[in-house]
Amino acid sequence: MNQELRAAVLLPSGARARIAGWKQGVELRHYVVYAAAALIFLLFVVFLRDDGFLTSSNLINIGRQSAPIAVMAVGMSFALASSEIDLSVGSVAALSSLVAAEVVGGHGFVAGTVAALAVGASIGLVNGFITVKVRIPSFLVTLGMLGIVSGIARNMNNLQSLPIRNDAFREVFGSGSVGPVSSLLVWTAVVGLLGHLALHQLRWGRHVLSVGSDRSAAKALGINADRVRISALVVSAAAASFAGVLLAGRLAIGRHDLGENLLLTVIAAVVIGGTNLFGGRASVAGAVAGSVVMAMLNNGLILMGLRVSDQLIARGVIIILAVSLSMREQKES
Amino acid sequence: MNSEPAVTRSGQPGSAALEISGLCKSFRAVKALDGVGMTLRYGRVTALLGDNGAGKSTLVKCISGVYAPDAGTVRVNGVEHAVSSPEAARALGIETVHQTLAVIDPLDVVENLFLNREHTRGGRLGARLGVLDKKRMRRESEEILSRLDIRIPSLRRPLDALSGGQRQAVAIGRAVAWGQQIVLLDEPAAALGVEQAARVLELIRGLRDSGVAVLLITHNMDRVTSVCDRAIVLRQGRKTAEVDVGEVTKDDLVAYITGARTDDPAQ
Repeated sequence: MNQELRAAVLLPSGARARIAGWKQGVELRHYVVYAAAALIFLLFVVFLRDDGFLTSSNLINIGRQSAPIAVMAVGMSFALASSEIDLSVGSVAALSSLVAAEVVGGHGFVAGTVAALAVGASIGLVNGFITVKVRIPSFLVTLGMLGIVSGIARNMNNLQSLPIRNDAFREVFGSGSVGPVSSLLVWTAVVGLLGHLALHQLRWGRHVLSVGSDRSAAKALGINADRVRISALVVSAAAASFAGVLLAGRLAIGRHDLGENLLLTVIAAVVIGGTNLFGGRASVAGAVAGSVVMAMLNNGLILMGLRVSDQLIARGVIIILAVSLSMREQKES
Repeated sequence: MNSEPAVTRSGQPGSAALEISGLCKSFRAVKALDGVGMTLRYGRVTALLGDNGAGKSTLVKCISGVYAPDAGTVRVNGVEHAVSSPEAARALGIETVHQTLAVIDPLDVVENLFLNREHTRGGRLGARLGVLDKKRMRRESEEILSRLDIRIPSLRRPLDALSGGQRQAVAIGRAVAWGQQIVLLDEPAAALGVEQAARVLELIRGLRDSGVAVLLITHNMDRVTSVCDRAIVLRQGRKTAEVDVGEVTKDDLVAYITGARTDDPAQ
C-alpha cells in the first residue's frame, strides 16, 4: 500500500501504468523454476561439497550438458504452446548427429550442419502434416515417428559410432569457446534468445499461443490454425536436430542413441519452466532455466555415486514431483 | 492489415449491405438452415430471433465464414461472394462477435483486439517476419476503447484476468473497431449485468448511426424493441416471419418465435 502510494506520487503516469501492468503480469509460476534452480544448487553445494560439485570444471560441465537439453526444450515449448507435443525429439537428435557426422566427413562443416537441420525440419513437416491433415493426435504421430526415426538411425551405421574429424565442426559445436564462454553456452543463448523473440515479438508466436489456447476461436478470427500447428512441430524437430548437432560436436561422433533418452528430461524442463502442457502458455526463458535444473539434477545424481539403475528411479521420481508442483501452480494461477 | 481500425464508410443508409438467399446447411440428417434469405441494410439494426436450435448461430457462422453453406448465395454490396473462411469474411468488412466471444485467454487486451490484424514494424522485412509494432497497437487500442467508452483497468491484463463483462466488451470492441460494413452480434449481452447490457446497446446504436449494418441475435425482446429496426424470426431452420419492429408488439414477436403465429407464405 505504502509502496503504491509512493509510486503514485513519484512516478510519471506512464511508468505507473507500467508498474501496474507488470504487477498484474507477474504470476508465481514464472518464478518457480528459478527458485527450484537456486534451491537444488544450494542443496548440492552443501551435500556434495566433498564430491566436487562446486568445482569450476564441474559447473562448466553442467552448463555444457544443459545445452542440448535447452535447445530441445526451446523447440518443445512451441509444440506444447500450440497444444501439440513432439515425442520424436530424442530420436531426431540421434539421427541428426549421424547425418551431421556422415555429411561433414564428405562435404564439410556447413553442408553437414545444413543437412542435419534439413533432416530434422523435414521430419517435423511430416509430423505436422499427418497430425493436421489426417487428424491424428500429435502424440501418436510423433510416437510412431520416434520408432521410425530410431530404426533409421540404427540402420544407418549398424549401431556403430561415426567419428567426426572435422576440426571446425568440433570447435564450433563443441570444444570451442567465445572468449571464456563455451560455444555450447553461446549456442544455448542464441537459440534461447531467438525463441524468446519469436514467442513475444513475432506475430507467429502470438498465433501459436492463440491456437494452443482455443483453436476454434483462433480459427474464427481467421488464423490458419493448420499452418501454425505444422510450423510449431517443424520448429520443435528442427531444434531437436540442432541439439543433435551440438551433441555430435561435443562428443565428436554421431551415434544412433545420442540424445535418445532426453525426451522426458526435455518435457520436464519445459513444464517446470512454466509452459502449460496443454497449450496456450509458454516461457522460453523458463524452458532454458528448467534445462539447467535438469542438467544439475543429472550431474548431482551421478556425483552422489548412484548406480545407473538408481539414477533412473531417482530422476523419474524427481521429474514427477517437480512437474506436479509446477502444474499445481499453473492451475491455481 | 491495410485497413485502419476505424468505423469508416459504408453505403447509403437503407441500401443493402448483405443479401443472402436460399441458404441451406445440414449437419448429417439435421437441416439446420433450410432456404433462408434476408437482407441487412446500412444504418439499420436487424434482430435475428428464434428459439434455441432454430438455426440463428448457424446462420451467423455461415455468413462469417466459419461454416460453408451447402447451398445459397451471399452478396455483399450487390456482389456475390463465397465467404469460404473467417479471413474472407473479415476481408469483406464482416465482423462477428460469436456467442463464445472468441477471445484468447492468455493474451492481453491489446493482443486480443489486434489478433490476426497485427501491425508490424521494420518495413517489408518486418512485415514478412511479422515483427509486432506493440507501441502502435497499444496506442490504437487506447483510442478504440476510449472512443467506444469501454473501460478496462489495464490493457496488459490477460483476458482470463478480466470479468465476464470486460471480456465481452473486448470482443465487442474488436468487432466494432474492425467492422467497417457489417457487424454480426450473437447474444452480445447474454452474460451481462443491467448496466453493462445498456452499454452494449449504446455501442450498437453508435454503430447504426455511423452507417454500419448490424445483425443482433438476442432472446431479450426489450433489446429488440429498443434498438432494432427489423426482426427476422427463424423456426426449425426456416424463416417464419420478417417484420418491422415498430409495427408489432413484444407479444407478437414471442408468438412468432414459439410458432403460435407465422407469416411466411412458404409455410
